[in-house]
Amino acid sequence: MKTTLTFRAAVLSLFIFAMFIGTWHLATQAPKESAAAQAVNAEYAELMGKGAEKTGGFPSPEKVGSAFVKYLSDPFYDNGPNDKGIGIQVGYSLLRVGTGFLLAMLFALPLGFVIGMSPLMTKALNPFIQILKPISPLAWMPLALYTLKDSEVSGIFVIFICSLWPMLINTAFGVAGVRRDWINVARTLEVNPLRKAFLVILPAAAPTILTGMRISMGIAWIVIVAAEMLVGGTGIGYFVWNEWNNLALPNVIFAITMIGLVGMALDLGFGTLQKFVTYRE
Amino acid sequence: MSLINPFDPNVKLHAGCSCGQHSSEAEHLEAESAALNRRMVENTVMRALFPQDVERRRFLSAVGVSTALAAISEFIPFGALEAFAQDKGPLEKKDLKIGFLPITCATPIIFAGAADFYGKEGLNVTLQKTAGWAIVRDKVLAKEFDASHMLSPMPLAISMGAGSNATPMVMPLMENTNGNAITLHVKHKNNRDPKNWKGMKFAIPFDYSMHNFLLRYYLAANGLDPDRDVQLRVMSPPDMVANLRSGNIDGFIVAEPFNQRAVYENVGFIHALTSEIWNNHPCCAFAASEDFVKHNPNTFAALVRSIMRATVFVNKAENRKGVAAMIAPANYLNQPPTVVEQVLTGRFADGLGQVRNEPDRIGFDPFPWHSMAVWMLTQMKRWGYIKGNVNYKEIAEKVFLATDARKRMAELDIAAPKSTYGKHQILGKEFDPSKPEEYLKSFAIKA
Repeated sequence: MKTTLTFRAAVLSLFIFAMFIGTWHLATQAPKESAAAQAVNAEYAELMGKGAEKTGGFPSPEKVGSAFVKYLSDPFYDNGPNDKGIGIQVGYSLLRVGTGFLLAMLFALPLGFVIGMSPLMTKALNPFIQILKPISPLAWMPLALYTLKDSEVSGIFVIFICSLWPMLINTAFGVAGVRRDWINVARTLEVNPLRKAFLVILPAAAPTILTGMRISMGIAWIVIVAAEMLVGGTGIGYFVWNEWNNLALPNVIFAITMIGLVGMALDLGFGTLQKFVTYRE
Repeated sequence: MSLINPFDPNVKLHAGCSCGQHSSEAEHLEAESAALNRRMVENTVMRALFPQDVERRRFLSAVGVSTALAAISEFIPFGALEAFAQDKGPLEKKDLKIGFLPITCATPIIFAGAADFYGKEGLNVTLQKTAGWAIVRDKVLAKEFDASHMLSPMPLAISMGAGSNATPMVMPLMENTNGNAITLHVKHKNNRDPKNWKGMKFAIPFDYSMHNFLLRYYLAANGLDPDRDVQLRVMSPPDMVANLRSGNIDGFIVAEPFNQRAVYENVGFIHALTSEIWNNHPCCAFAASEDFVKHNPNTFAALVRSIMRATVFVNKAENRKGVAAMIAPANYLNQPPTVVEQVLTGRFADGLGQVRNEPDRIGFDPFPWHSMAVWMLTQMKRWGYIKGNVNYKEIAEKVFLATDARKRMAELDIAAPKSTYGKHQILGKEFDPSKPEEYLKSFAIKA
């Protein structure tokens, strides 16, 4: 029964995809060249790029498809500092996201533990967290550029600050929500605090913590694209900006799809990890 | 050395430079480095002549310093050695990061990289494409870029602290002249008289840009107040083309190739080249912080030499086609080659069905006229970007290194103007750099 449901869902997915591409194809059929355009002289027509591949209007799925083939067939080329293959660009973005995310983890998990275990700390730090949490990570960018004086570090800082809050809050929430019974059992057995933290609280709070990490990663991946479009240099966000600079929409659509695919892969990774630590009571 | 703080009781306000013996800071720096150079050469020679220091001292005290100097000068050509030292001075920094925006104004900077003019001077330059002027400014101030392509009013504004923290900048050479245009949406084909443009929306690339000043000048000359009668919005060039297509703006003034790109995309036409407003007006520049120049004088000189050579090369009409092909790929401008070629050769489709032939559509001339800096300052003051008393000449001479440029141009056999001040004709009105305040007063429309 389950396989047939999966199968039927897959067929439906494919159908929706085919419909989408078909509609797109029909909607982007190039209109015929108007007679007026042909009236002007030959040199003018040539200077206007008649006959050449033009970007006029929304690109057809065929054009986007050829962009996929072009970039994916050679993902690691390097034509200088401002023109690198998609593989290298995604690599740069992942590196930035990874660094910022790890830093946030090193900071958020211990702090979240402390906050979760102490009602006093929860109350004391809550106003700060509540104020800092809703700030758009990109709003930090000018401040970061100004104080850190390095766009690379600023990018990582922005990832750090946006990954921090979901992890911190979820860790605190998870730690605070560990069943009283288990903590009481640990207390009766006179388990030392460190052992209690690692062997009782951590496994109990792990699913909530991982949910926080998963949310953080999702946000970080969204933010890195915007940050790279802003400061440029390298990364998938820069790739989008560079192609937009050439008004090359097929390439922009290609990059958008890649961003989606990588984001999905990251999310699936955390989903698997989450399954690994989930337990049933 | 920043602009002198006029409220500091310990500084001399009227002296030209920090030591007070030179008319400007640039000249002071030049003299200082020349003196240092001479000392270095003399030191080397004396050490070679007298391996034992005791002997040198004995010799000097026996014959006296002036006699000794005369005697040694007789057979050692100090002057030539000095020039030699200056030319071959060791580079303080070889790996450099230079920012640029993907526009044809940056042609000399890009071409010097593409044809490896930097390498011939022993420099290893990474050209970093940047997303906007504000980022260029921030990256230069953060020292991420050693030097950068900038709009020529930017180093003036940054030095004065307009739109940023005051950081002294220098501009050793101009990149290009002309090379911009006013583009309008095709629906304004029959709306060519600027007097009827009330209520229209225009995009400009940056506040501190020649584009902004020229458009404002043009509108004001036609009786429109650019702050009240039209809307001016800061936008990045590709956004301008996209917004023109969707009709969010009526036109824009920007560097090439984006005017030509709008034509190529069938969304706009070229209303006027900026050369029609002010022929040979300055546009973009190459600039670095004074701090960088002070710590890396030889590197800076090598950098300026390579870009000056590139400027001369790309300015020749016969080279333009090849240059266009070199700078069009994705690593640099990332534009269709025909669009770049139309800009550089000046034979282009205007978007109205005509092929125009304007060889002066863009020019490349490295000389940073002081008078042009003064004009920019008058316009900044005119539109309220800077306020109060402006010491036009002092700022212009501090930032635009025209004297220095003339010397370097002479070294490379490039003809340079005799004076660093000239009178300019802008829409038929003469600008006299010696009377900036009177010039300002002559405008009926100002902020």
